[in-house]
Amino acid sequence: MTTTSGELTAPAGGREDGPAGAPVARVHVPARSLAGDLRAIKIVWQREMIRFSRDRLRIATSLLQPLLFLFVLGGGLSRLASTGTHGVDLRTFVYPGVLAMAVMFTAIFSAASIVWDREFGFLREMLVAPVRRGSIVLGKCLGGATVAGIQGLIVIALAGLVHVPYSPVMILELVALLVLLAFSITAFGVMAAARINQMQSFMALTQMLVMPMFFISGAMFPLAGLPAWLAFLNRVDPLTYAVDPLRRTVFAHLAISPAARAALVPGVTWFGWHVPGLLEAGVVALIGIVMLTIAIWEFGRAE
Amino acid sequence: MTYDGAAGAAATRAPAVSVRGLGKRYGEVEAVAGIDFDVVAGETFGFLGPNGAGKSTTIGVLCTLVKPTGGRATVAGHDVATERDDVRRNIGLVFQDTTLDGYLSAEQNLRLHAELYGVPRGVVADRMRQVMEMVGLWERRDSLVRTFSGGMKRRLEIARGLLHSPRVLFLDEPTVGLDPQTRSSIWGYIRELKAREDITIFLTTHYMDEAEYCDRIAIMDRGKIIVLDTPEALKASVGRDRVQIATDDDDAAIAALRERFGLDATVAEGLVTFAVESGGAFVPRLFEGLGVPIRSVSVSRPSLDDVFMSYTGTTIRDAEATAGDRNRQFAKMMAR
Repeated sequence: MTTTSGELTAPAGGREDGPAGAPVARVHVPARSLAGDLRAIKIVWQREMIRFSRDRLRIATSLLQPLLFLFVLGGGLSRLASTGTHGVDLRTFVYPGVLAMAVMFTAIFSAASIVWDREFGFLREMLVAPVRRGSIVLGKCLGGATVAGIQGLIVIALAGLVHVPYSPVMILELVALLVLLAFSITAFGVMAAARINQMQSFMALTQMLVMPMFFISGAMFPLAGLPAWLAFLNRVDPLTYAVDPLRRTVFAHLAISPAARAALVPGVTWFGWHVPGLLEAGVVALIGIVMLTIAIWEFGRAE
Repeated sequence: MTYDGAAGAAATRAPAVSVRGLGKRYGEVEAVAGIDFDVVAGETFGFLGPNGAGKSTTIGVLCTLVKPTGGRATVAGHDVATERDDVRRNIGLVFQDTTLDGYLSAEQNLRLHAELYGVPRGVVADRMRQVMEMVGLWERRDSLVRTFSGGMKRRLEIARGLLHSPRVLFLDEPTVGLDPQTRSSIWGYIRELKAREDITIFLTTHYMDEAEYCDRIAIMDRGKIIVLDTPEALKASVGRDRVQIATDDDDAAIAALRERFGLDATVAEGLVTFAVESGGAFVPRLFEGLGVPIRSVSVSRPSLDDVFMSYTGTTIRDAEATAGDRNRQFAKMMAR
């Protein structure tokens, strides 16, 4: 062993002390601060926006699915269901569910990009930066929520085609609920992505969780008179608490008979108690915060 | 600047990197087995060794990406285990695999980096232009990175690694997977960088010819530093020429070399290989006395390859063939 680690001798012809080329704009990187973390959140959010705006194909395909559900499935089934809907167009009924679906799939796709980032190495660039890992996770979730919110606005624009009036109050309430839902779903996706290295695995997981969650949530059927097992699953499904307030908001602006209202929008009950809409939104927010906390913890822990 | 002057300057500056008894174990695999070294501020320091020798693990520890399981290390005066953020602010990183976002432009990739590292807003634009001009990509700043060639991506990563004026730039195999022409242009940029910025460069390579560019190199094999010195001193320490012969019967030739000439020979890269002083003068004696038919002969002056061989008993290419398993295991750990 002939290591010379003890002696600090620089080699002959070593570095010049002064810069030889153009003057150097030397940068001093400041210590970690709240302002620094806010800058990190903002730039990660901005990256999501840039990538979304470049991806026209993604905007188009994510719009296709809601259109299929709304006009093909909704339109096709409406002739079968006309007796059960008390004169309400089935497409109007499923419209809030389709809103939730559009936002949900867009948000999951946003979270999936973390798996791509890992596969293509870019995640490492973000994880070695001298900022809190939480800033990166939060920026990602806010980005996903914004993108999904924009997607939701596009579906809201279709409201007139299914006999839903364009009331400004209703639109504001819907956007607020959709952004909340998008944030929680993105946080869930990011949490899952923290442990998943491969896109196929991530897609399989979301297929296994997201599709059942969507069907059980009551996006496509009213909650009144369900079999006990389905009613139970429905109350456990977090998505129920996003779909129900969305539907209540839409139906509050429709002129329909009290009988139709009772049959189609009975609201969620816990052991016979009617859960208020604000509490439902609170459930979605709480789940989102829990998911976000787990996601931040997981990314902070990873080497 | 004289040699003494450089040494004098080094004595007053803290070492850029200081490593004592550093170890990293992945279950049963000891990737780094207790190493010690210092990197002088301002030098270009190279880690040379086959894939799987522990070079990338060591860089991972120094960059705070991998937690050491033994010993300690400081970079720019900060402990890599307890002062991770301080280390991160002071280092630039260029990894083996690209870590650029292909769907953003070159400029957007750099801006994202500047924001993540909190580069003061007033200097971001000037500094971005400066580093992009240095690597010759200023004209291409608005192009999407996925349209770049491998060499352009590597240059952009070097520019990005420099954006926040790190005190130590880590380059993990900066030229791997690039064609020879691009490799030499990357080295051109690194040399220019040394002339312009007050920076320490720490790099790993398994190309012997690239190690020649370093001020000092540490040869690493199986998790240990075998030897550490300037390339010139290492080559001088070998002293003997390398002779490689192709024969009809390698085993008989090796036996004959030992019996008749007292030389230890091994088979490396499919040729009987041994070291001897003044190899050119030895060749006629070899043909006369070996007794085994010789098909070809080559004699070469000592290179870093010979240095590697004299300290490890194998060539770097042969070492890589056997290190494949360890390397794959490591790749799995880093994928997370």
